[in-house]
Amino acid sequence: MAAIVRALYEGAFNLFEKPMQMLQYSLGAHRMAWVFLLPNLLIFGLFTYLPILLNVWYAGTSGDRILLGERDWTGAANFATLLDCGSYLDPNTCRRDLFWRAVHNTGWFVVLQVGFMILLSLIAALILNRNIPLKGFFRAVFFYPVLLSPVVVALIWKWILQRNGVLNAGLDWAGMPTVNWLLDPSWAFFWIVFVSIWANMGFYVLILLAGLQSIPSDVYEAAEMDGTPAWRSLLRITLPLLTPTLLVVMVLSLIRAVQAFDEIYVLTGGGPGSATTLLIQYIYDVGFATRPRQFGLAAAASLLMAGVLLVLTLLQLAATRKRAEDG
Amino acid sequence: MRKTLAVSALALMAAGATQAQELRFMCYQDGAECDAWAEAFQSFEAENPGTTVVVDVVPYQAIIESLPIQLEVGEGPDLARITDYGGLARFLLDVRPMVSDPDLIEARYGPSLAWARVGDNAPDGIYNIVDQLTATGGFANATLFEQAGVEMPGPGASWADWAEASRAVRDATGVDFAMAIDRTGHRFAAPAMSFGAALFNDEGEALVIDDGFRSFSEQFVAWHEDGTLARDVWAGAGGGTYQDAAGEFINANLVMYYSGSWQIGRFGRDIGDAFDWVATGAVCGPAACTGMPGGAGIVGLNRTEHPEAVAKLMEFVARDDIQAQVLAQTRNLPANAELQANGIAYQDVTPEVAAALTAFAASVPDFSDTAYALQGYQFNRAVYTNIPARLTQAIVGELSLDDALARLEQDVADAIAEAR
Repeated sequence: MAAIVRALYEGAFNLFEKPMQMLQYSLGAHRMAWVFLLPNLLIFGLFTYLPILLNVWYAGTSGDRILLGERDWTGAANFATLLDCGSYLDPNTCRRDLFWRAVHNTGWFVVLQVGFMILLSLIAALILNRNIPLKGFFRAVFFYPVLLSPVVVALIWKWILQRNGVLNAGLDWAGMPTVNWLLDPSWAFFWIVFVSIWANMGFYVLILLAGLQSIPSDVYEAAEMDGTPAWRSLLRITLPLLTPTLLVVMVLSLIRAVQAFDEIYVLTGGGPGSATTLLIQYIYDVGFATRPRQFGLAAAASLLMAGVLLVLTLLQLAATRKRAEDG
Repeated sequence: MRKTLAVSALALMAAGATQAQELRFMCYQDGAECDAWAEAFQSFEAENPGTTVVVDVVPYQAIIESLPIQLEVGEGPDLARITDYGGLARFLLDVRPMVSDPDLIEARYGPSLAWARVGDNAPDGIYNIVDQLTATGGFANATLFEQAGVEMPGPGASWADWAEASRAVRDATGVDFAMAIDRTGHRFAAPAMSFGAALFNDEGEALVIDDGFRSFSEQFVAWHEDGTLARDVWAGAGGGTYQDAAGEFINANLVMYYSGSWQIGRFGRDIGDAFDWVATGAVCGPAACTGMPGGAGIVGLNRTEHPEAVAKLMEFVARDDIQAQVLAQTRNLPANAELQANGIAYQDVTPEVAAALTAFAASVPDFSDTAYALQGYQFNRAVYTNIPARLTQAIVGELSLDDALARLEQDVADAIAEAR
């Protein structure tokens, strides 16, 4: 059986040998790399770069038509509309106030969600890295929400947080006043941050755990022999050696936080008012949910967001490179 | 010989290809509309050998989101059941030149035909046959009124009457909500008009924020602040997201619910004999007692390769006997004037459902001209989706009402400018 499989494999392999030899002969060995890259480049070009180009083109047009040929070219008008503001710190002074509310909400969301997520993930990873009972079980518990669909996560929390939900039933049972968690702007914002951390934390705990386990144990042993207290080991050994991993976690969670949409959309719909409307939802609302659809404005908003993401990513990469160079 | 046979076979195949026509009908249903039409189309197929109709039942969301995109790129079905006549106007097929008796269709469906005669469409074109006329109006939980010992406001009662009575019932029975209005500008528009909103300027463009509109907006926000209106419905979402309160009404947690006639079938089915409920019809304001008309209709799409067959099917759909047969099953209000006058023999309906259908049907003739104008306005979706987005901001305190209304006016103007 194995011989047949091997023969078939070799036959299939030899099938390409001749044409590839001819190709190498005509192109030269150093150009053959492009031949192997070509399929991937085509797929990338078709499904990644072409949509980006189309997005740029849409951003310079107006109208509710989909076909580019039927849309009016307006140049930078969509960007000018979005950026038309008395003060960027006060959305009420902006022509497109909902865009700037979404920008502000996204900024706060990123700061709070990424900050608390890294802190909590680090604490969880440090605990799970110790020899505690049921270590495997707790690792699974933290990771389990990552496996759930964002819609499922949001629906679970909606059932918990709604007026007659589990949380209010518990408060009522305990004789405490109930709260309309998702109808109060501040509470709604708190819960989207909380739920987002709950849903995604396990992924980052796993990465940090891997980072912690890659730190050589002899460093800790030496510190212990020197009588170094635990908190000092954490500050002087663990955190510095974990920094590259922390940077990776920060970049990933930052990008993911800016792109947050599905959980929040199902949980609050961006409300109450625009209290939990983030950038992606604004783009979705303008481009698809409200009528007439304003594809150009949505495309311009998405490009602005992409620009911010690009800057953030480059900053993070520069920081990582500098640290690597510093040794 | 062989050559002759081959040519004959090809000729037969070609003849078959031209005769056999398959029409694809993209259909959504609130109740059993698509099933009823699929059954009715069997008669059409029997009358028109060689033409088959395939009914593709899809969710309403597919009609709203997928169909326009399919049509934009030149794809899509031959016919569809839609509600957004203005938004899809340029994709609709004018069947007037192809039907045998356009005057009869005009006589039967005149007012609703106007809803699709917008934009560049012909002012006398026949683009749509409405098979489900809808009217907005209220529903009240009669059992809760009885338990509370509060007299239910009668026909002609005002919004203020209903608010006062509903609050009294809520307080007496301990249910969560006194009143609720679906979260959409379509539902908001009717009470706004009853408070005197003109909605349109002299050039026929929306949206005008006048004293009437402002007056109801103030009342609307105040009712959210004092708890008369269920905060969960409007404040529970963002943007232009649609949200209803039918679940709360079915669960007997809501005293008075302002929605529309399309809920009748659902209430009849889901409430059963759990409690007594009544349809209030239109509710009055200081200026009028109007609801909003609307409805789903069947349209031919101009991308079809079989326009003649589509026109034939549209004429079939418009027939009095076919409409009566389908409406009896679907328990919807007729848009057909003949059937409005003679009534429909609805099948297997409870007395409550029958009374509700009668109440809604009776309220339609009193709807204001502005209500019909808004329903037929090409950019009415810009009005419907922006009203909840901005008024919710006023309800939750993000914007003052003045700012919210100013922003609303600007948003609608921007959206319309974008679409022109």
